[in-house]
Amino acid sequence: MSTSTVSPILPEAGDPKAQQLEAIWREPSGFIGWFKAVHHTTIGKRYMVTAFIFFLAAGILAGLMRLQLAFPEAHIMGPDLYNQIFTMHGSVMMFLFAVPMMFEALSVYFVPLMVGARNIAFPRLNAYSYYLYVMGGIMLFCFFFTNTGPDRGWFAYVPLSGPDYGPGKRADVWAQLITFTEVSALAVAVEVVVTVFKLRAPGMSLNRIPLFVWGQVVTAFMVIFAMPGVVVASTMLLLDRTTSTQFFNPAVGGDVLLYQHLFWWFGHPEVYIIFIPGTVIVSSIITTFSRRHIFGYLAIVLSVIATGFIAFGLWVHHMFATGIPQMSESFFTAASMMIAIPTGTQIFCWVATIVTGKVVLKTPMWWVLGFFFVFIIGGMTGIFVAAVPVDLQVHDTYFVVAHFHYVLIGGAVFPLFGAFMYWFPKITGRMLSEKLGMWSFWLFLIGFNITFFPMHIAGLRGMPRRVYTYGPGMGLTLLNQIESCGYILLFISVFMFLINVWMSLRNGERAPANPWGGGTLEWATSSPPPSYNFLYLPTVNGREALWDAAPNQPVVVGLHEDARTFLTTRIIDAEPEGTDEFPAPTIWPFLAAVATTVMFIGSIFRPVAVSIGAIPIAITLIAWFWPTRQEAARRRERDKWQKT
Amino acid sequence: MGAISQLAMLLFAPGFHGKQTALSPAGPQARTIEHTFLLIFWITAVVYVIVIAVLAIGVWRARIHGNELPPPQPANPVHDRIVARIVAGALGVSIVLLFIMLVSSYRTSHATSALAASSALTINVYGHQWWWEVEYPNKEPYKIVHTANEIHVPAGVPVTIHATSRDVIHSFWAPNIHGKKDLLPGYFNDLTLEVDQPGNWRGQCAEFCGEQHAHMSFEIVAQSPQDFQRWLSAQALSAPGPTTPQIAHGQQVFLSHPCVMCHTIGGTTANSRVGPDLTHLASRSTIAAGTLPNTIGNLAGWISNPQSIKPGCRMPPNPMSSTDLNDLLAYLETLR
Repeated sequence: MSTSTVSPILPEAGDPKAQQLEAIWREPSGFIGWFKAVHHTTIGKRYMVTAFIFFLAAGILAGLMRLQLAFPEAHIMGPDLYNQIFTMHGSVMMFLFAVPMMFEALSVYFVPLMVGARNIAFPRLNAYSYYLYVMGGIMLFCFFFTNTGPDRGWFAYVPLSGPDYGPGKRADVWAQLITFTEVSALAVAVEVVVTVFKLRAPGMSLNRIPLFVWGQVVTAFMVIFAMPGVVVASTMLLLDRTTSTQFFNPAVGGDVLLYQHLFWWFGHPEVYIIFIPGTVIVSSIITTFSRRHIFGYLAIVLSVIATGFIAFGLWVHHMFATGIPQMSESFFTAASMMIAIPTGTQIFCWVATIVTGKVVLKTPMWWVLGFFFVFIIGGMTGIFVAAVPVDLQVHDTYFVVAHFHYVLIGGAVFPLFGAFMYWFPKITGRMLSEKLGMWSFWLFLIGFNITFFPMHIAGLRGMPRRVYTYGPGMGLTLLNQIESCGYILLFISVFMFLINVWMSLRNGERAPANPWGGGTLEWATSSPPPSYNFLYLPTVNGREALWDAAPNQPVVVGLHEDARTFLTTRIIDAEPEGTDEFPAPTIWPFLAAVATTVMFIGSIFRPVAVSIGAIPIAITLIAWFWPTRQEAARRRERDKWQKT
Repeated sequence: MGAISQLAMLLFAPGFHGKQTALSPAGPQARTIEHTFLLIFWITAVVYVIVIAVLAIGVWRARIHGNELPPPQPANPVHDRIVARIVAGALGVSIVLLFIMLVSSYRTSHATSALAASSALTINVYGHQWWWEVEYPNKEPYKIVHTANEIHVPAGVPVTIHATSRDVIHSFWAPNIHGKKDLLPGYFNDLTLEVDQPGNWRGQCAEFCGEQHAHMSFEIVAQSPQDFQRWLSAQALSAPGPTTPQIAHGQQVFLSHPCVMCHTIGGTTANSRVGPDLTHLASRSTIAAGTLPNTIGNLAGWISNPQSIKPGCRMPPNPMSSTDLNDLLAYLETLR
């Protein structure tokens, strides 16, 4: 066993093979070239930066809410603006930050690197998904700045969001935001599943897949099964609003609870779509900084998969107050408590890894320790909301607001900042400052608890969520003022993180290929990775590819390197199966995304935009899939060879 | 930090006796729920402290000083097998604890719903944007009582709230007495509750219902059964006729202004159910769904421009001369 900080896959300067690969894989340059890029590291970085900008924007909206709530019966803003702000905060955090960051950005960037591939499967679709996502976000903020931001809450319950009680275009904007983000998330989910199942390095059998990749592939499947629920819900809402269907109108036989079932069928798994990537970041960081293989690999993989399944059996616990019969409530209570078992299993395995390892306390590890500290409180309050009678008290109050911030910030944002500290050197080739990182960490941890812990008490003291103000005599003023002060610490913490990033990019210490001595394949290549990722495609000999590598671990040779060729492997044991070719960079996914955006936004105003808008989309898609002569010739050659 | 904050919660939570809090129960159901709450609280708090303590001690013992990352350690199978037993044991304990909390939850659910069987009185509650319509049904139509934002109940007697919504989804929540129940258009939901002693408690809409969701509260007034019956018979009466010319003019102002389009005053031609029934307005302690105390000054401000008090609410501003307003207020004051 060796640390393998130097691996045979690293390119050396002036290597003719490196130059040849660089010529083939280089991303197009220039302004137009920017829109043609299809490499997963390029798109992944854009996803991360964009999602982080949305995180900052939604964080500033949160600050405005904390300002309004710092004083009882305050008139800093009226209910109309406040309702837009809290809806924007929730929708942006969920649909434009959490899922795109935790699932799309991280898996697009890291899954291909970790499985030893040179790009993600369907790279053009990947570019399309990014442009669609960013355009959806820009659309939302354009409407918000013109006082047409959604104002019906991030789950936009009918009939409040329906045609009778949600006048104007605000709810339509929300419904179309969902359409943008669901299309891009579904696209990435398909790419991740295919990448993990068909593009793994030889030797990376199912039981050697890094936990991070396991988590992302489970998340991808959850996206595929959960998104249809919200697709149906938001589409029916839009149809009710724009074409007078009556799906949700009780006056003519429609049903308001149908919407809630459809929404939460998606909405509960959504929490785990955000949280599972967080847990597998924790697994990655703990492995590296405890200097040992993770304890209970199999138990953790099975827990992640079990979480993926059970997550679909909990949605009714968002609806306990709607008058569901007691028998079915009991079922969903049991299911909600059951999901604590796989989560508990993972926590115990992590603690066991730490206790039996040699712990190196670098900033990524501190963020993971913060994760334990915060997330477990969120998990514990989850038991309160799972128990029907207690839930009937705390549901829709600030207790729940506290609960889901502990779960989502604890379970996703803490690991995410850990991931930033951990992988920033890989992405940028520069180290972040440990000192500034520690300042951010402690400010965030303290600020977070000051902001969100008192919300538990506020909720029990009768403060419903989504109120734009509260009475002076309700015993809530002091709690809310403490919360608002905590926000200031959180703000400073994130600001210091940004300064850290800025200073590191300007003159940070150069990062070696493997600054933390990590074991997964992304550390086998230079920091940042070249446009072809690996000089030679690696092979894998154990769960931590670099730690378990044989002294002369072989690499894949003999691929036709005159095109963007890649190796496909079998699903279970990752034995080489055949070769195929990634498509070249092109502008068409961008143009297709523009055409799709025009159609989606047009349909807010005129239903007929769907029919007319389909024409430019069809044109751009045809151009996108049009094969070149050389590609077709190479494909025929491969087919001939592979069939015999 | 988490343990400290959990302690802080213990320290200043029980000392609070608010009119709208789940922490000081005033009825058997809220009390049973609080028992389950405390059971779950103590179990989770103890487990939390243990897990964090094990983690902290583990990190402390396993940490390495210095900046050098040591090479990855080979696994120690003997060691790991012992750890596996400990992990399995911890998991087993967790499952048992979850099961205890699950059973406690079921028992409480059962206990709180058992009260419905002995309910003596049904009150219909209809949610509106942004106020509560309250109706005491009776077989004889002239004895049906309509009121708003104030629910009188006999103390010590189970009462069923039979609830639905006239527009969007609302949620009925009086935390001192019971958990919440949604008011869904197209559905009727029943919530049985019981208040121990005569007294006043506050409740509020808990499901986001639009602009003035924050100002949609109600009051539960528990009275001794005799007082309650007296109140109910008084509420069934029509409003008294005007006794002075000023009051008569006030009534005319009411009937000739847009007020009459939305409100009812029993015994007059005002007979609309869009807004709250005003037949006994002066007997209620608050106006605008608990937003303001029911005083003459507040009422004047409310009538003149409700939008400055509750922006977005359904009642329009009512510009009128000061004489008209004074007389109208004098009339409304007679609606006891």
